Amino acid sequence: MKLSRYLRPVPIAAVGAAIAIGFAGPPVQAAPKQGGTLNFVVPDEPPSWDGHRETTFALIHPFAPFYSVLIKVNPDNPSSPTDFVCDLCTEMPTPADGGKTYTFKIKPGVKFHDGTPLTAHDIVASFRKIIFPPEGTTSARVAFFVMVDSVEAPDDHTVVFKLKYPSGAFIPALATPYNFIYSKAKLAEDIRWYEKNVMGSGPFKFVGREAGAYVRGERNKDYHVAGLPYLDGFEAIFSNKQAVRVQAIRGDRAAIEFRGFPPKSRDDLVAALGKDVTVQESDWNCVLLFTPNHRKKPFDDVRVRRALTLGVDRWGGSESLSRIAIVKAVGGVAFPGHPLAATKVELEQLPGYWPDINKSRAEAKRLLQEAGVPDLKFVLWNRAVDQPYTIVGTWLIDQWRQIGVTVEQKMEPTGPFYARLRSQDFDVTVDFNCQSVVNPLLDIGKFLSEDIGNESYGGYTDRDLDKIFEAMNRTSDTAEQRKLMRQFEKRVLDEQAHSFVTLWWNRIIPHRSYLKGWKVSPSHYLNQDLANVWLDK
Amino acid sequence: MYQYILKRLLLMVPTLLGAALLVFLLLRLVPGDVCVLRMTGGAGYVDPKAITLCRAELGLDRSYAVQFLTFIWDFVRFDFGKSMWTGRPILEEVGLRFELSLQIAIMATLTAIILAIPLGTISAVKQNTWIDYVVRGFSIAGIAMPSFWLGVLIILGLLITSKALFGSPWMPPIKYVPIWVDPLYNLSMTIFPALATGYRYSAVATRMTRSALLEVLREDYVRTARAKGLVQKLIIRRHALGNALLPVVTIIGIEFAFLMGGLVVTEQVFNLNGLGRLFVASVTNHDYTMTQALVMLVATIFVVTNFVVDIIYAWLDPRIRYK
Repeated sequence: MKLSRYLRPVPIAAVGAAIAIGFAGPPVQAAPKQGGTLNFVVPDEPPSWDGHRETTFALIHPFAPFYSVLIKVNPDNPSSPTDFVCDLCTEMPTPADGGKTYTFKIKPGVKFHDGTPLTAHDIVASFRKIIFPPEGTTSARVAFFVMVDSVEAPDDHTVVFKLKYPSGAFIPALATPYNFIYSKAKLAEDIRWYEKNVMGSGPFKFVGREAGAYVRGERNKDYHVAGLPYLDGFEAIFSNKQAVRVQAIRGDRAAIEFRGFPPKSRDDLVAALGKDVTVQESDWNCVLLFTPNHRKKPFDDVRVRRALTLGVDRWGGSESLSRIAIVKAVGGVAFPGHPLAATKVELEQLPGYWPDINKSRAEAKRLLQEAGVPDLKFVLWNRAVDQPYTIVGTWLIDQWRQIGVTVEQKMEPTGPFYARLRSQDFDVTVDFNCQSVVNPLLDIGKFLSEDIGNESYGGYTDRDLDKIFEAMNRTSDTAEQRKLMRQFEKRVLDEQAHSFVTLWWNRIIPHRSYLKGWKVSPSHYLNQDLANVWLDK
Repeated sequence: MYQYILKRLLLMVPTLLGAALLVFLLLRLVPGDVCVLRMTGGAGYVDPKAITLCRAELGLDRSYAVQFLTFIWDFVRFDFGKSMWTGRPILEEVGLRFELSLQIAIMATLTAIILAIPLGTISAVKQNTWIDYVVRGFSIAGIAMPSFWLGVLIILGLLITSKALFGSPWMPPIKYVPIWVDPLYNLSMTIFPALATGYRYSAVATRMTRSALLEVLREDYVRTARAKGLVQKLIIRRHALGNALLPVVTIIGIEFAFLMGGLVVTEQVFNLNGLGRLFVASVTNHDYTMTQALVMLVATIFVVTNFVVDIIYAWLDPRIRYK
């Protein structure tokens, strides 16, 4: 991974102090009750059941409850990007050896669902599969652990990670919810056993699954956290039509859908169910971008690219689009509200964020005139997904119409769409960046030069930008990181106008009011083991 | 008759082979790669080594000729292999969905027959009376209204009326349970999609029954029967309806086969885990083996249904079997 050379010393604290992410917080909780089965809907079914291999939330929602992880985001404070707590370890470790050694003590007495004991060796086997996948296996998160040199278990209750260099990205990477702890014996039997089988040590035991229909779990009475889980079981019901998922909550066939609904569905449910529905909202660590192809004329001209961002009224768009789509917050390259993110005043200095949209559009027209393309026409490629892709794409077309640019939107299913992006066969494309644990230092890797950023599709190489990223990841000083983040942001969004942020997503979770103990987080991947969830029926 | 049956059976072979060739080629024309999609969900970075490995594992690195011949040989042995998307046996993936799709298809067909034949007959017998107008209006509405839209209306209607009547909204279950496990639960889920689909289906069949019967009622032998003094009921039942049903049987047969794999949107509206949804998912996921298996399954159903229709034709009309 070429990204690896940029992942350099950053103390954990520098990843960002605890942030207050704006969300309508969950209601005050009463004393939890035991029992009941939680039904929830999931939009999709994952290709395999192996968390180490998969990247989709469709795996997390039905399968995370079957597994324990080493550490996780605090389920009582899931909106914080730095509040990590032990799941299988006894306490969060203090790094030694200048930040290069992390020693985790593992809880004694933890059992897998088949009754076999879970030891440090199982954790080591799992992380070796994630970090150093053997031939014939796929790990989606190798790049997250480029700083790791070795993982060892000196005894049954100790796991030691040795890093090549200290890295602030290590702990957030460990907390990634896909890092399920598997049985070493099962992996030794067949390294791909977990692709089609389930056997963890999580709060719920796997009961069964019907292809395309549901996954069922029952309470693990031997769960390693006393008193948990509260539920007797759960049923994750697959339903790929949003209207059905909304009606399922309305008709009480399901209590919740954990990914998120658009505002209209929230309003419909509130109108239909009144106090029987509770809504939790949060800024979402996902954002839609639009990226011009630097290899295609006239988008090789920075003036044309700047004009495109100057034509877009993000402040006005936030107000109008947030009523119909799952987007809301205006932000730069870093997750809004994070200490490393730009303030409103800082944003207003950047093109496309000016408070006076008329002045901004006049400048856009001037730049297009100067570049010799006053009546620019191009195709905007977009993913054929309604929320929020189509809506944001349509909005962009209208924004650009107001600076005299004519745009045709073409939409493709996910597969062909990303195949097009990889082959850079586009004028301008909508793209997205969606992460689990909020970690702007790594999340902005999306904007790096094409030979470094694995998901950078703009076709540009900007070594100055790459250097800022490297410097940001090497410094331990938060103020310096913030300063460098501003430089990075200005270079991406203004000076070189490489790629542009539209609006950050807004996660809206309307659920049946009897569902308690679940708190919304800024990612639909986080806080999904359901251990704390209970039903007030 | 045996010669007739044998001839029809032999004709199935080139039909199925043509379907196999067509689906094999069309699938490979669609851009995209199951390995990339499976590993990244479409977006994100993919290790080229992992892609090569995945393609080799799925046999996608072999020549098209070898892939096609393997597909045909496996089909002949009823070995559909594994889904490229999930890695699970296709028979296991299809089995449960087939059961549900078959149940819905049978229920919708029964709904259609129960509605279409009496209504079409009444409409023909009472031609140009107010009864005829009502039946025609009813059937035209059925043709004009897509069954998925009717499905949406049914669900909304149930939610609203149950809330008004009982204080809490009710909708059909969204998870399938086989009829022999819990008949009431099963029917509370399947009855509504069967009605929504069966209504549209019946509308076509009603129109066909009416027009076919009107044509038969003008035949000389019907006039002769009347001249002999036979009562209208007997003329319809013994002499007219059997002959008028020939085109209706065709329509019912084709629609039944269509229902087995073509209820994509209705399945989504009622969250039915049927073959239609699996079809769409397998195409979207570039799951060649699954799509090929489903196309061959539906093609076989069509071919077998047509065969059965032909046999019924021959049974209903002796001229066909003696030709």
